[in-house]
Amino acid sequence: MPDTSLRLDVKKRQGRFTLDANLALPARGVSALFGASGSGKTSLLRLIAGLDKPDAGHITLGERALVDTRRGVFLPPNKRRIGVVFQEARLFPHFRVRANLTYGMPASARPRFDAIVELLGIGHLLERLPGTLSGGEAQRVSIGRALLTDPELLLMDEPLSGLDGARKQELLRFILSLVRDVNIPIVYISHDPQELTAIADHLVVIEDGQVLASDTLENVLLRVDLTRQLGGFDAASTLNVSVAAHDHDYGLTHLQLDDSRTLVVPYQDTPVGTRFRLRIPARDVALALAAPNNTSYRNRLAATIQSITPLPDDNTAVEAVLAMGDQRLRARLTRKSRDEMALEKGQSVTALIRSVAFDMRRL
Amino acid sequence: MLSPAEWDAIQLSMRIALSAVGWILLPGIAIAWLLARREFRGKALLDGIVHLPLVLPPVVIGYLLLVSLGRRGFIGQWLHEVAGISLPFTWQGAAVASGVMAFPLFVRAVRLSLEAVDPKLEAAAHTLGAGRWRIFFTITLPLSLPGLLTGTMLAFARALSEFGATITFASNIPGETRTLPLALYTLIQSPGQEAAAARLCVISVVIAMASLVASEWLARSARLRTRERDG
Repeated sequence: MPDTSLRLDVKKRQGRFTLDANLALPARGVSALFGASGSGKTSLLRLIAGLDKPDAGHITLGERALVDTRRGVFLPPNKRRIGVVFQEARLFPHFRVRANLTYGMPASARPRFDAIVELLGIGHLLERLPGTLSGGEAQRVSIGRALLTDPELLLMDEPLSGLDGARKQELLRFILSLVRDVNIPIVYISHDPQELTAIADHLVVIEDGQVLASDTLENVLLRVDLTRQLGGFDAASTLNVSVAAHDHDYGLTHLQLDDSRTLVVPYQDTPVGTRFRLRIPARDVALALAAPNNTSYRNRLAATIQSITPLPDDNTAVEAVLAMGDQRLRARLTRKSRDEMALEKGQSVTALIRSVAFDMRRL
Repeated sequence: MLSPAEWDAIQLSMRIALSAVGWILLPGIAIAWLLARREFRGKALLDGIVHLPLVLPPVVIGYLLLVSLGRRGFIGQWLHEVAGISLPFTWQGAAVASGVMAFPLFVRAVRLSLEAVDPKLEAAAHTLGAGRWRIFFTITLPLSLPGLLTGTMLAFARALSEFGATITFASNIPGETRTLPLALYTLIQSPGQEAAAARLCVISVVIAMASLVASEWLARSARLRTRERDG
């Protein structure tokens, strides 16, 4: 498995706007670039793709230097082996879907043609001209076309932005299955928190051309100092779990969090052993000092308070980050509760979980 | 139905107009592409020079051609000595003259259609592994084909009707440079040839109409491929 991690340190001025980014992205999974429009996400993507040259700096993909202004290296886009999916599908109107798909396909990718067409559900569109496709279909073809170039990295620039709600969900499902089945790192641009919670492993927060944070999604979402930038994300934790058992009598499914912790949720029609990502809104987590016995809260988890911080924009509330093994759970509570319960760092508590939302993403 | 002199004039006109279009195709597309897609110093100057034949009297162009491409012209002399080519008073010279006159029309039409091609598609092709030439031949050129055909037809019609620059540079030699317009002009100058002149006039109209219809038909069938989007 070749190293395909992306490292970059680039500067570029565009009028009054300056992009100045220093980043290292993992070689696998989905790395999301998140920021408001005009924050520099797309400028950064164009630099990575080779559609623009940085004023100074370097970009390396694995061992390969894509750009290095000091050594005078600049690989043109066609030599980078980076697939790009743009906001608009940008299909070639004079070629049929099949010819669009094979436009950049090397002989080595030919055996994968059928699998990718199948994965994206575009088999019935092959003989059509792009003008006759719906937005979602066109975007799927565009994803297939980029994948079939056999890229080492796939860049996606808000691929869902031109679609309405239902089409968005549909295409997101296709992209998620692609993430699961095609082992290729993806850099995904979006300003939609819901989309990113569903898809991102690694989150990069960009503002005014600067990188504010770059870490795993879970860790970035725990950063209270980024509350303003991350306001659109529901304060929530993500937990990785696997299906441990089904209780058909009560219609419940048991999920294993780690060796000592389990959660119970309404019945899920998935085989035992399936791994899930769960989303738990911070305001749906309550804390108790001793494990209560008589409560309708089905889910009680032993945890340790890792930190407890006031929210910058709301002085009536505090946020606690709870450690449970190597996973983290966020809880929102009132400042009054904190003071009355005398909660502090390092204390052992029981987390009571009111609701659990299932991510679309299966691991 | 047609007299031998008329046949001569028609065949000569067609041969000259086709050669004229033939030689301006490549330089015309290249310059149109430069003007449409590139920024460089002297772009305005190049644009101006390309358009000169459109605004100068054709006789001036013919004169300039004589000065540069004539036996003692600075290019003509070299051509004659090195390659043994002499352009004035030959049908090839007439093709050069009508090509120069048709050049700006061709470049304008091609430039407009190149500018209408979305550069985003070219960028997409670039990220799909295509180099500059492949992008040009698979994306840019096919998408500007309707304009290219229109430009070719315009240039053909303009070359067919060329008079001033041709008569100045290539003269009016029967069977060599006496094209339809020149033959018509000669007949009008001679007393008692009104009927023959009228015949040539009708022939010119027929040829012009035929090329117009052909260009419309070609451009439409080229556009059809991409317009299937509504069906």
